[in-house]
Amino acid sequence: MTAKTEATLEHGLKVGGLDDGRVTLRQTLVACSLLLVALLAGILVTSLFGSERLPARASICALASLGQHSCGLTPDQYAILLEIRLPRIFLAAAVGASLAAAGASYQALLRNPLAEPYLLGVSNGAAVGTMIALVFFGTWEWSRPLMAFTGALAATFVVYRLAQGRAGASPERLILAGVIVTTFLSSAIVFVTTLMDATRIRSFTFWLLGDLSGTTTSLLALAIIVAIIGTAVLAANARSLNLLMLGERDAFDLGVEVGRVRLIVFFVASLLVGSSVASSGSVGYVGLVVPHLVRLSLGSDNRIAVPAAALAGALFVVVADTVARTIIAPRELPVGAITALIGAPLFVYLLKRG
Amino acid sequence: MIQADNITIQYGPRVAVSDVSLRVGGGEIIAVLGPNGAGKSTLLRALNGGLIPSSGLVLLEGYPLHHYPRRIISTHIAVVAQEADVRFPVTVLEFVLGGRYASASAGAWGWETDQDIKVAHEVLRETELIELSARLMNELSGGERQRAVLARALATEATVLLLDEPTANLDLAHQAAILALVRQRCELNKTAAIVVTHDINLAAEYSSHVLLMKNGHGVAFGSPTEVLTPELLGQLFDVRILVDAHPITGVPRITPVHEVRR
Repeated sequence: MTAKTEATLEHGLKVGGLDDGRVTLRQTLVACSLLLVALLAGILVTSLFGSERLPARASICALASLGQHSCGLTPDQYAILLEIRLPRIFLAAAVGASLAAAGASYQALLRNPLAEPYLLGVSNGAAVGTMIALVFFGTWEWSRPLMAFTGALAATFVVYRLAQGRAGASPERLILAGVIVTTFLSSAIVFVTTLMDATRIRSFTFWLLGDLSGTTTSLLALAIIVAIIGTAVLAANARSLNLLMLGERDAFDLGVEVGRVRLIVFFVASLLVGSSVASSGSVGYVGLVVPHLVRLSLGSDNRIAVPAAALAGALFVVVADTVARTIIAPRELPVGAITALIGAPLFVYLLKRG
Repeated sequence: MIQADNITIQYGPRVAVSDVSLRVGGGEIIAVLGPNGAGKSTLLRALNGGLIPSSGLVLLEGYPLHHYPRRIISTHIAVVAQEADVRFPVTVLEFVLGGRYASASAGAWGWETDQDIKVAHEVLRETELIELSARLMNELSGGERQRAVLARALATEATVLLLDEPTANLDLAHQAAILALVRQRCELNKTAAIVVTHDINLAAEYSSHVLLMKNGHGVAFGSPTEVLTPELLGQLFDVRILVDAHPITGVPRITPVHEVRR
């Protein structure tokens, strides 16, 4: 090879970006900015849909003024837009971001493309926690996220322990452990449900499948804050996750403090799942579908996959919830039914492909 | 550089390594030989801090290993394991850049610096993988993948290389190529290497010292010509062994003599 062609090759490798098989900070910023724009556009568009028809131009005007002007909307319409729809859309975004970021991190940490909060039983752990809080400490609002987080964390550790065989945790073993914990927790949920009065049971069953309609301002604020901080912490550990994705021993050999990173990821991911379950029940498969599509299009590097999954997950649940609340309007479907409808076939595909 | 002083390692009640001492200096390659279950890999794990000896000490640059943070150990010691099990689509370059994790500076915000890329390209060229740098790890052949594992270890710029059966799944040419690369690195950069292997002839050719292990004990230590004798090897493997001089290199050549029952 002549000096000139070698220099060209070198140049090509440096300038080519993705061509040299490496994700850069610039690519990450570009991808995340584009996803953020798409998310904001998605929020704007979906806020126009609902069982009540709102004038589109006036609604956009009101949203663009950040609620400062009513732009000709009637007080009722204004209230529907800003006090019912928008909080619900923001909650959908927070829940989607939380679940997708948690899913992407679980997958890297457990070296398992099938790992997902719902399938691992983590969501059910949080659900049991939430229900216990509702039954026993019903009056104290913060008991819900607190108990949900505790339940998620406990379920995570139990599944992790169960899945550890002599040869480490195989994907199938992990899913099996998740199924065991899920069914066990499901019976716990049934048990707690029997302690409730009949009128509450129906709304609880709905909530269990993922319901974004019944939140409070403080739970919404918590979900948004946890989603942002949690994703940031997970993204900050993404380079360690990249190595953990190759195996705990490899990661240890290369200098990762495996125990510390594992603890941080389990803790933060449980926090993310706990806060979304406390406010919206178990929305399944988001943590599976979204990270998979993100990795397919942007690569496996968690430094881009984790933040991009959070943004894409937010958009995914915002759209899914819009479908859930409009498709049979004025009645509503649980958003979890929509996400499962998309997610379950993908799971089967991933399992088959092995 | 790195030394083990009378280390004993236990898995519960079972003693895997018993009172073994070892010292490796810059430019040296030590081959660790012995039958299966002799404690060779366990010894290697202990030298890297992956297992804590129940007695004895591992010293890195004169200080006990457990006094160093994990990250610092990994800038000094690199491990080449037998096989990489890659379940996610990771490119060769991304894989090799994993070797730069421990030397990352805080100012880079968890991203590779130009220096990291330069080092990665150098080792990819050294291991003849540069053309494949954008390929996915699971698309490579066994030999290429093993070279990528070695490339990642070289990318750490560590002064001690620990290799656990690095040639186990490779054909003849690739076995020699891997060890030739290790020797080249040891001679040029004063790197030290400890190689666990079952290939006695490769050990004879490439190592400066040989440690024989059996049942967790160090049986003998010395230069290949001192240690690779019919008596010691026969005792080690419970097989009759013929040792003569390699007609070209002159290093000991080992041939097991299997008694054929008629």
